[in-house]
Amino acid sequence: MSIDLTRRRFLIGSSVAATGLLTGCDALVQSTTVNDILQRAESLTMGAQRLLMGHQPLAREFSEADLSPVFKPNGTSEPGSEEYAQLRETNFADWKLVVNGMVQRPLELSLADLKAMPSRTQITRHDCVEGWSAIGKWTGVPLGLILEKAGLAPGARYAVFYCADELEQTLDGSGKYYESIDLVDAWHPQTILAYAMNGKELEVAHGAPLRLRVERQLGYKHAKYVMRIELTDSFRGIWGGKGGFWEDRGYEWYAGI
Amino acid sequence: MTSIAQSETAKSRKVLFYRHSVLVRITHWLNVLCLSFLLMSGLQIFNAHPALYWGQYGADARPDPSFISIGAVEDGDTIKGVTRIGSISLPTTGVLGASIVDGELAPRAFPSWITIPSYQDLATGRRWHFFFAWFFVINGFVYLLYGLLAGHFRRDLAPTRTELTPGHLAHEVAEHARLRFPKGEAARHYNALQKLAYVGVIFVLLPLMVLTGLTMSPGFNAIFPWLLDLFGGRQSARTFHFITASLLVAFVIVHIVMVLVSGVWNNLRSMITGYYALRVEPEKEKST
Repeated sequence: MSIDLTRRRFLIGSSVAATGLLTGCDALVQSTTVNDILQRAESLTMGAQRLLMGHQPLAREFSEADLSPVFKPNGTSEPGSEEYAQLRETNFADWKLVVNGMVQRPLELSLADLKAMPSRTQITRHDCVEGWSAIGKWTGVPLGLILEKAGLAPGARYAVFYCADELEQTLDGSGKYYESIDLVDAWHPQTILAYAMNGKELEVAHGAPLRLRVERQLGYKHAKYVMRIELTDSFRGIWGGKGGFWEDRGYEWYAGI
Repeated sequence: MTSIAQSETAKSRKVLFYRHSVLVRITHWLNVLCLSFLLMSGLQIFNAHPALYWGQYGADARPDPSFISIGAVEDGDTIKGVTRIGSISLPTTGVLGASIVDGELAPRAFPSWITIPSYQDLATGRRWHFFFAWFFVINGFVYLLYGLLAGHFRRDLAPTRTELTPGHLAHEVAEHARLRFPKGEAARHYNALQKLAYVGVIFVLLPLMVLTGLTMSPGFNAIFPWLLDLFGGRQSARTFHFITASLLVAFVIVHIVMVLVSGVWNNLRSMITGYYALRVEPEKEKST
């Protein structure tokens, strides 16, 4: 009997506590102090992974038999701008990849220029931050080769990728997709600018004419519809200042987890 | 029976003995904090893609390749929640798949009262999850180190050979089922079922949570690719992460029920102050 009484008291107590906890949690979630503290775990994660990645290990590569039967396009599946529509009309013959910023030789490379460069083909797993994964085969130019061609200026630390798609319609253009990686990932052999997927020309839904593959990080780092690569020492002054479209909306810059 | 009756007479004396060291108590409560936040933020993350798969990959497709999915389907002008495990579909409206958000039934895998934040926000859920994952791992290492060095595992958790005999275990199961727990001197130590449950959680389930969690990290996959082989792929690891979390929830429910039925205040006091009360018959009391 005493047990029943305690249990009932406990249940009443805990449901009151749960309601209090619920609103309490949302208040905590929205507190900037709490967020600042929680965010420190990101540098811990990045530091720990980078420490263990000293030897620059490769992401797992799979065989043709492992390819996902369906590879779901995510984010933008067709950029809406008129500029992009025009490029698409001529099958990107007039498209040029601009490489500028902190480089010794700014570049403008056509799709044909890129295809003439040494290529790398890799079958890798694409992991969306939401939780799903798909395996695809990617062919493209290692980003390192392009950086060599352009020559980094002293002080360059990040490669920022500007894209043709606008994922959020805004008046100031802050909804344009962009991403950034540091030089550790930029020089990694599996970091490529892909123009082909599963043995075919890259489809518009997957980022034609060119998309980034940065295999040891989550899907949102793999910028599609890449128009320009800017080498910079900081991304603080770009849009939200967090280094990417999703980063400006609360996601981690280091997406290795 | 007579000995129990006797021990409850006025002749028996209540003695307090020091059961839980300060380190066990602190790490226990920090673990409660970490696992609560990890569970609630983990369900927030799950809600972003409420389906589980086996293998290296897995995503929305037709036919649906998922092994478990929690979703909402249209039902006239309203919706209903459906939880599917393999080929079995269960109606779970109100809790799983569809639950009340701002007074209205909305599609949502896990309901808002069990996720952090209560509303859909994957980025924040991840931030909480990874912060408390670090906290949990550090706390766990401190506990493991202490358990090994201070002899806590050997002394308190390792079952003896006699405790592991089928006869003894069957006896304990029968006693537990009748909610009869060791009293007097026998209550100084964990019983065999307790030891097995704690050992299972500490050395199997909690390490599995960490390893399956790390296997979902694309960065970690490059560092330790053998983890992918161990669990059969990233999506399998995600499914194991979910199943192991469910087993931990089941453990916590049984743990709390046991705490309640075997003397809630005594148990709580021992995990807060360290002291657990025993009833000891005067003639059997050890002279100290």
